[in-house]
Amino acid sequence: MSGLTKRSMVVSNKKMSFWEKIYLPAILGGMCITFGHLCRKKTTIRYPEENREFSEIYRGRHVLKRDDEGRERCTACGLCAVACPAEAITMIAAERQPGEENLYREEKYASTYEINMLRCIFCGLCEEACPKEAIFLTKEIVKAGYERDEFIYGKDLLVEPADPSKRIDVTMRQTPEVLDFKKDKNQKHNVH
Amino acid sequence: MLIFKILLASAVLLLSLVVAMYSTLIERKVAGFFQDRLGPDRAGPWGLFQPLADGIKLFFKEEFMPNTADKFLYILGPSLTMLIACLTSAVIPWGPDIVINGQTFSLQMADVNIGILYIFAIVSIGVYGIMIGGWASNNKYALLGAVRASSQMISYELAMSLSIITIVMMTGSLSMRDIVNQQQGFNWNIWYQPLGFLIFLICAFAETNRSPFDLPECETELVGGYHTEYSSMKLGFYLFSEYINMFISGEVIATLFLGGYHFPFIDKLGLSPNVFAFVSFLVLFAKITFFGFIFMWIRWTLPRFRYDQLMRLGWKALIPLAILNVLITGVVILLNQ
Repeated sequence: MSGLTKRSMVVSNKKMSFWEKIYLPAILGGMCITFGHLCRKKTTIRYPEENREFSEIYRGRHVLKRDDEGRERCTACGLCAVACPAEAITMIAAERQPGEENLYREEKYASTYEINMLRCIFCGLCEEACPKEAIFLTKEIVKAGYERDEFIYGKDLLVEPADPSKRIDVTMRQTPEVLDFKKDKNQKHNVH
Repeated sequence: MLIFKILLASAVLLLSLVVAMYSTLIERKVAGFFQDRLGPDRAGPWGLFQPLADGIKLFFKEEFMPNTADKFLYILGPSLTMLIACLTSAVIPWGPDIVINGQTFSLQMADVNIGILYIFAIVSIGVYGIMIGGWASNNKYALLGAVRASSQMISYELAMSLSIITIVMMTGSLSMRDIVNQQQGFNWNIWYQPLGFLIFLICAFAETNRSPFDLPECETELVGGYHTEYSSMKLGFYLFSEYINMFISGEVIATLFLGGYHFPFIDKLGLSPNVFAFVSFLVLFAKITFFGFIFMWIRWTLPRFRYDQLMRLGWKALIPLAILNVLITGVVILLNQ
């Protein structure tokens, strides 16, 4: 009779031989195995001092990029929120007021922009969806916290610093299209 | 003389406490290394202050006592265990005599002529510590653990004593010092009594409740075994006494089977008595450390025995073997006369 699955197997119920019954050879064998592990390379990474090696295109926590003039690129179109499979992104759009041209690149901007890092699965679809090349995933990891609220990152944590020396490098995550976009000299903000 | 004895007693007590303290760290380190990890390394260099941190933690934990517990016995349990663990080292010779200002001092607290019997008597009382603790907790797991511990220790004590009888037969004395002095150089008992040594070693694992015979505190079935209801330093005493017992049993094994503080060719170095005594002590200590490592090695290699397997091994394998060993030794001694 053939079984329903192929997973069945014959159980061996054979009597143990004398050699097996006295256990000692088996115990010594086991001890040799453990002793071999004593000198093996340890897998531990001493975290704060040592860091695990990350891939160049590691998908860590997000950054909201500014353009070359320090203006926020995000226009609160909501495509990232739509693309997000985990529904981790929420935002509220606002209209740019006269005099705020140095803060926001276009007439519309995100007055609040929140990513729930506990929901986020770091898939990078927001990055792909963004038409303004505003959101990128970085190599940084999301820090541990004591409260759930701490994991809802607002604009204060997400937007990169305006200071050019403190900008976050995302070149490794820029696709050829992104690089083409950067080359477009018609866009004034991309002129170096 | 009295002052020297008191100093020696304090030194030995201190030594066993410090060794027990650091065995906890070494145990965790060894466990880590066996499992390709590093073990604790945060407190101080290589985690050297870890035992201190653990001790401080235990002291500051809440002293919890179940309200159905028998108050007096509940406190007596761990105290007794700790006391017994510290008592055993009294008859152990730690090295040859030393000479200070022309006076000879013995590095043994009490050269009782029934040293081995003393050790066995004291170790047997150790069962009470566990049994009382488990009983006083008024908890089914603790009681089961305690019952297991006592039946296990009583069963294995038989085989253990029987394996010692052969040593006594060969030496013709119950004094620890005589036994050690018979094993000068490389004339160790283990070469004459390999079976006895093996039986004694296995029984020592069972007596100290160490894996693979750690059924009394079998986590998978009994929560924590006899110390389930204990917290703070009372728990600390139980855990601590296990390590002291480990130290002492390594010491007893070394003394009975591996020539105590004797080491081949050590007397040919022509050292002055005091240096010689010190080196001999180091030799003994190295042997104890070796056994401590074996204890840990076994613990992180073998899974726990099932209870019926444990009993079968004790009563059906070790005791008959030990009796056979006694018979063979007797015959050989008779033939050699």
